[in-house]
Amino acid sequence: MALEDVCGFEETLLHRKWFPASYLEDSATSYRTTDSYNSGLRQEKSVGNNGTPLHFLMPALPYSTTFNRRRSFPVPPANHSVTVRRPFPLSHGTTTLGFIFQGGVIAAADTRASAGGLVACPAVHKITPIHSHLVVTSSGSGADCMLWERILAREIRLYQLRHRRRLSIRGAAKLLSFMLHPFKGTEVCVALTLCGWDKEAGNTDCVQRSEDSFSQDATAIAHSASPHRGPKLIYVCSDGARLQGDVFSVGSGSPYAYGVLDRELRWTLSKDEAVSLAREAVFRATHRDAYSGNNVDLFLITAKGWSQRKREDLKEEYYRDMERRAKRVEERKRLTEIDASR
Amino acid sequence: MEYLIGIQGPDFVLVAADNVAASSIIQMKHDYDKMFKLSEKILMLCVGEAGDTVQFAEYIQKNVQLYKMRNGYELSPAAAANFTRKNLAEYLRSRTPYHVNLLLAGYDDTDGPGLYYMDYLSSLAKAPFAAHGYGAFLTLSILDRHYRPDLTREEAVDLLKKCIEELNKRFILNLPSFTVRLIDKEGIHDLEKLTSGAK
Repeated sequence: MALEDVCGFEETLLHRKWFPASYLEDSATSYRTTDSYNSGLRQEKSVGNNGTPLHFLMPALPYSTTFNRRRSFPVPPANHSVTVRRPFPLSHGTTTLGFIFQGGVIAAADTRASAGGLVACPAVHKITPIHSHLVVTSSGSGADCMLWERILAREIRLYQLRHRRRLSIRGAAKLLSFMLHPFKGTEVCVALTLCGWDKEAGNTDCVQRSEDSFSQDATAIAHSASPHRGPKLIYVCSDGARLQGDVFSVGSGSPYAYGVLDRELRWTLSKDEAVSLAREAVFRATHRDAYSGNNVDLFLITAKGWSQRKREDLKEEYYRDMERRAKRVEERKRLTEIDASR
Repeated sequence: MEYLIGIQGPDFVLVAADNVAASSIIQMKHDYDKMFKLSEKILMLCVGEAGDTVQFAEYIQKNVQLYKMRNGYELSPAAAANFTRKNLAEYLRSRTPYHVNLLLAGYDDTDGPGLYYMDYLSSLAKAPFAAHGYGAFLTLSILDRHYRPDLTREEAVDLLKKCIEELNKRFILNLPSFTVRLIDKEGIHDLEKLTSGAK
């Protein structure tokens, strides 16, 4: 994808032959990716395609003509979308969470992909690295998330190639949010949390600071008043919401995760405490939420980049938890017996 | 769910907005700022559908800045309000209407302070006091009862506190804190955040 854009492949006749759908007229919904501000190497693409905001190759399905119909219909209400009928009910079951603490950013998620009442896949990767200092947790529709992660990765890489510096996390979030905006009101359902570490100051062009300065500078990074460098956590959703904060949990299991996180989360956690808190939150959420489960993935992002913990099966954790409880009950029974016999 | 309020005095406008960014039943952020600075003396408070608020508000914000860059002087609050209304009205009958409710507050050096109420159907009204959200049902009568055109700043803040007390007492949703700002001929001033105390 990126190579295609950079080489100007889309202007060639070969591309037109391979992807004829991209040249049909619909200026009202035409959409430009960041390619359009290339300096005069290509003409302004004034046409979009087929009514879809991006260059998608349209399959010849019986229902695909509904996309064309959008043009000539008298205005349907904005949130009413015409879609292909689904083969099975989609569900947005997941538990993902991210939080910032003194040692960096933790991103954790379960690994279950559900489709209605079926576990479509028990071992999905919901946390995807985009570049060395940015990781994205996804929830919502799996296919949409995969696609938009790739699109985001492409646009960030293109930015880096064109401007010779890496886009800040806030910039990436804004870019993603603006790219998702044309799809508002359609059935695209994407809720991503960008967890990353900004190495450079956001607005200035210079800056090769030593990495020591931010590992000791805990006070500056303390609150989400966004200094330009340091850990960042931004939630972007296909509704258009874009929120920067210290802790986010997304998905059907998120209320349960918040319940655990809100009680014990503090800035001063050690790395091990933070990891175990994230695991615990995901575990409790997967216990209660039917649409989350199987394993837990955990990533830690620091100034040096992201590192991944080995994927852990929560079934084992459940049995360990049961044993711990049984032991505690035993202990308490024993102690009350001792007390009573005094 | 969200709440905005504005009170105009003889030489100032006091505005306040709640700080909750919610997603269905969850508070995703409790320190979210819903005010957008359009220029040195104009603030826009924007609530409504999740993405529309930021998109529309930033669009208006950048356009107001562009006007200043092109022409060398800033748009007056009345002009900015009418510009906003025109944009909202244009999008209303398009395929992508913006569902946003706004309060625009500003100080004009010639005309004095102004508070403009705008809703998602792009109706515009200049008013001495205004509110948006479910909380408005509870607080507009308080404003009707106690508002006077010659309020001092302290009295306006007291009136605002009365409104927020009422919300804390009767509104079923918890709105723990409010950002408060005051606009006068000196510009925009941040006042102390009003919290509900019981946390």
